[in-house]
Amino acid sequence: MYGDTSIQKPIEIAEPTSEEQARLEEIFQQKIDDNIKIEPQEWMPAAYRKTLVRQMSQHAHSEVIGMQPEGNWITRAPSLRRKVILLAKIQDEGGHGLYIYSSAETLGTSRAEMIEQLQTGKAKYSSIFNYPALSWADMGTIGWLVDGAAITNQVALSRCSYGPYSRAMIRICKEESFHQRQGYELLLSLSRGTDEQKEMLQESVNRFWWPSLMMFGPNDSDSPHSAQSMKWKIKRKSNDQLRQEFVDATVPQAEFLGITLPDPDLKWNEERGHYDYGEIDWEEFGNVINGNGPCNKQRVANHLKAHEDGAWVREAAAAYAEKQQNKQVA
Amino acid sequence: MTELSKQKALVQYAAQIGDNGLIIGHRMSEWCFRAPSIEMEMALMNCALDLIGQARELYTYAATTQGEGKTEDDFAYLRDEQDFRNALLTEVPNGDWGDTIVRLFFMSAYNKLFFTALTSSKDSELAAIGAKSLKEVTYHLRFSSEWLIRLGDGTEESHTRVQNSIDSLWAYTGELFTMTDAENLLLEDGIAVDVTALKADWVTLVAQILEQATLTFPTNDWAQLGGKAKGQHTEHMGYIITDMQYMQRRYPGCEW
Repeated sequence: MYGDTSIQKPIEIAEPTSEEQARLEEIFQQKIDDNIKIEPQEWMPAAYRKTLVRQMSQHAHSEVIGMQPEGNWITRAPSLRRKVILLAKIQDEGGHGLYIYSSAETLGTSRAEMIEQLQTGKAKYSSIFNYPALSWADMGTIGWLVDGAAITNQVALSRCSYGPYSRAMIRICKEESFHQRQGYELLLSLSRGTDEQKEMLQESVNRFWWPSLMMFGPNDSDSPHSAQSMKWKIKRKSNDQLRQEFVDATVPQAEFLGITLPDPDLKWNEERGHYDYGEIDWEEFGNVINGNGPCNKQRVANHLKAHEDGAWVREAAAAYAEKQQNKQVA
Repeated sequence: MTELSKQKALVQYAAQIGDNGLIIGHRMSEWCFRAPSIEMEMALMNCALDLIGQARELYTYAATTQGEGKTEDDFAYLRDEQDFRNALLTEVPNGDWGDTIVRLFFMSAYNKLFFTALTSSKDSELAAIGAKSLKEVTYHLRFSSEWLIRLGDGTEESHTRVQNSIDSLWAYTGELFTMTDAENLLLEDGIAVDVTALKADWVTLVAQILEQATLTFPTNDWAQLGGKAKGQHTEHMGYIITDMQYMQRRYPGCEW
């Protein structure tokens, strides 16, 4: 339940003197440098904790909000096999959300607080989910490109310095790569289908390619939190490094599908040993981040509506649990 | 009515049990991103997966028995509304969480008894499907019973709401215990379940949980019939079919 207050609070430590503080920070950084995982009960700088809560809650929210575009196609899935695959995938995502919320709660912020921040717009989620799922092909494209980009990020995060987050990522990556293969396999079926199916595939990739590249965040030169996060090993690779890895892995897959990625500047650079790609539309990126994407309002409104519609149910469950407890005491 | 061959009756029977699973599974799946908590949402998705999974097996068996080279998808996507023989209870809209729980509870209590009986079917394939489905619907019954008790014995609001759900959905429960021509024919060979014989146990089971939930057992015995025997559905069914079949109707003959 959202109202769960039984989370583990971090151990209260008396305010250290500035000298002690410096020593604690030194020990902390030493652990990070030695690749020793930081665990919930250990001392950590307030900013480290805050950065992690921000990043992990954003990640959990993304899993949960990400259920919306895919949920848009469950009832319209074109075969029963595809319908159950999609249902199972969405269910996995709910599970990831729960798992990451729990990991984030080890840092002393409750799920209820995180949900409230999502609903009031204080906390963000991945901007990709502010784009609509307009065709059946999107169910494949989201698996292939969106989950593909997410995995690129998450493989790096599985080496993150915070123990619970790192362990969550290891588990989640396994399921995500399964989703990515399923998405790609869906697109392969379209690529071998009728002209209309091929068009559906190309049109979907046209819409999702650039937003997928945006999932890695701003260029390194414009990424304000990056340096500190790298030092703390919350982040293990830079935005641009990860984006390049994703592009390099994805282009051959696109060729195999027989589609064109919508970037005239995309070409192999022999000298760099990487694909060059065009400039991302950072104005669009900024707009979507700041609430002006095609589905921002709808996504949060849906979440809020489900939450509010369910209030009486959660109250009933709490009242019932209390009655049972009183009976036991009596 | 022209004489029904045993083979045709078996196709109808398997498909009709499958229809219940597919249509209620469809309704459960509509809860995606709408449930009161992620845990509850995942539980409903789980039920949907089970129920649609049951439909797939039953449709596949119906298609094999029919021997016309059709597949599970022909049954789900290319039949018309009147060809679906699900009970009306499975197709009415989700309503609020209480309506959804009550529907799932009524249906799961029925399914538990039905699939238990089906495991003794002389048709080994149906008996096997019954055994597998029984495990799943036993969980659905537990899940929905627990929620029914929580809502009934929760707050005043939840009690009133869920009592209303029971009273309004009650009229759709009688249909579950009626026999179609196909069922009657297959009953002679010990293939179909005599659902009229399940009613007493169902009433006992339901009454027991309602009592625990401090809810009142409805007294109005009038039953709304139509879906199961004649394919005459509620006004809601057409929208389910429209939604579900859209892709197959728009792009006929494609592989997905």
